[in-house]
Amino acid sequence: MDLNIDLMVNSLPLLIAGAGITVEITAMSVFLGLIIGCMVGIARLCNIKPIRYIANVYVDFIRGTPLLVQIFLVYFALPGIIGSRVDPFVAAISACSINSGAYIAEIFRAGIQSIDKGQMEAGRSLGMTWAQTMRYIIMPQAFKRIIPPLGNEFIAMLKDSSLVSVIGFEELTRRGQLIIARTYASFEIWMAVALVYLVMTFAVARFTGYLERRFDTK
Amino acid sequence: MSKEMIKITDLKKSFGELHVLNGVNLTIAEKEVVVIIGPSGSGKSTLLRCINYLEEPTGGSIVIDGIPLNGEANINEVRKEVGMVFQRFNLFPHMNVMENLMLAPMKVRGIKKEEAEATATKYLQKVGLLDKAHSYPDQLSGGQQQRVAIARALCMKPKALLFDEPTSALDPEMVNEVLDVMKELANEGMTMAVVTHEMGFAREVGDRVVFVDGGIIQEEGTPEELFGHPKTERCKSFLSKIL
Repeated sequence: MDLNIDLMVNSLPLLIAGAGITVEITAMSVFLGLIIGCMVGIARLCNIKPIRYIANVYVDFIRGTPLLVQIFLVYFALPGIIGSRVDPFVAAISACSINSGAYIAEIFRAGIQSIDKGQMEAGRSLGMTWAQTMRYIIMPQAFKRIIPPLGNEFIAMLKDSSLVSVIGFEELTRRGQLIIARTYASFEIWMAVALVYLVMTFAVARFTGYLERRFDTK
Repeated sequence: MSKEMIKITDLKKSFGELHVLNGVNLTIAEKEVVVIIGPSGSGKSTLLRCINYLEEPTGGSIVIDGIPLNGEANINEVRKEVGMVFQRFNLFPHMNVMENLMLAPMKVRGIKKEEAEATATKYLQKVGLLDKAHSYPDQLSGGQQQRVAIARALCMKPKALLFDEPTSALDPEMVNEVLDVMKELANEGMTMAVVTHEMGFAREVGDRVVFVDGGIIQEEGTPEELFGHPKTERCKSFLSKIL
């Protein structure tokens, strides 16, 4: 078969613009996921039973169902309940950040639990409150340890965000589909799409590695 | 008799079916140094940790300087006044020595940075580690780390200090540098409760030695009484094994 390199190169500007949207969704979702995950992760370690219970149900539900189904739930099922249409962008961000939040919650929980119990005891014995000890002593240490898994989560979300193409949201994968619909050049375009994803995930992996090294040397 | 600093009445603690403390009564007066000894698993560390509420007692009462401890309600108030030194130091590894010393006074007592720095400098000098002010805990030896931990507790200007086997995690040659700091504190009139296996220290510095076994105080007295003429069989047999 003939590989149409020109077509690949010509489609790049459109794909890269789509990649920009992919990055936007991913960054916003992981950012919101960090906020959700931090709270839920702490809630999972909380002594108050109802709070812990709700957090557990959330994590179990999200991890136990496919992201694709979650996207459908937000985009197609939710309007039936709230009585109005959900904007694809809002639906994409909501589904992805709620999804990411559950995984990040587990990352936070593991990170916090990996800190020696004596650290909390030392903080509390000095008269600091639980919250103060968390903020000044546990979290700064835990954060350093969760950088690598957070990097993984970012990479996973970067790839999984391709699923929002099913609700017609024009990110990288959807752009690829649209170009193929016009040119019928499946192989070239999917190769180009794959390469763009690869460049992005590679860059994130390298950046995580850099952060890891930076936080390691005081 | 001088003021009662710590008054423990009928203290009980169990972990499920395991009864660790079975009714401990102990009063520590102001400026008194009480050394708690006993075999491992006897409940001596648990007793100390209950005083600071790191373990929640199952029964009984603890009164610190006239304030009854009642759980989360006033625990932070009481902990400010009672410092604790741990077996494994528990310095904050992400902060340098100076920051370790300044954090709690600033966050808990609300004092200004300059003042916290001056206090920290004073106590670092006291434990002989002023030159390590900007080192990180993992750059210090065990003995140095424990001296920093003592200085950190002192920076809160506590009314009493609890030591939970402060020299047990140290290499032998570092034990004395820590004990020397503790001796100095005792001489200056700090109220101290010390769980230790250092019988030399107990003899020399302790005003009173308490022998704990089976979750209760089996015997107590001055070091001369307890080491010289132990009354109970348990205490005799414990001492014969370690002396």
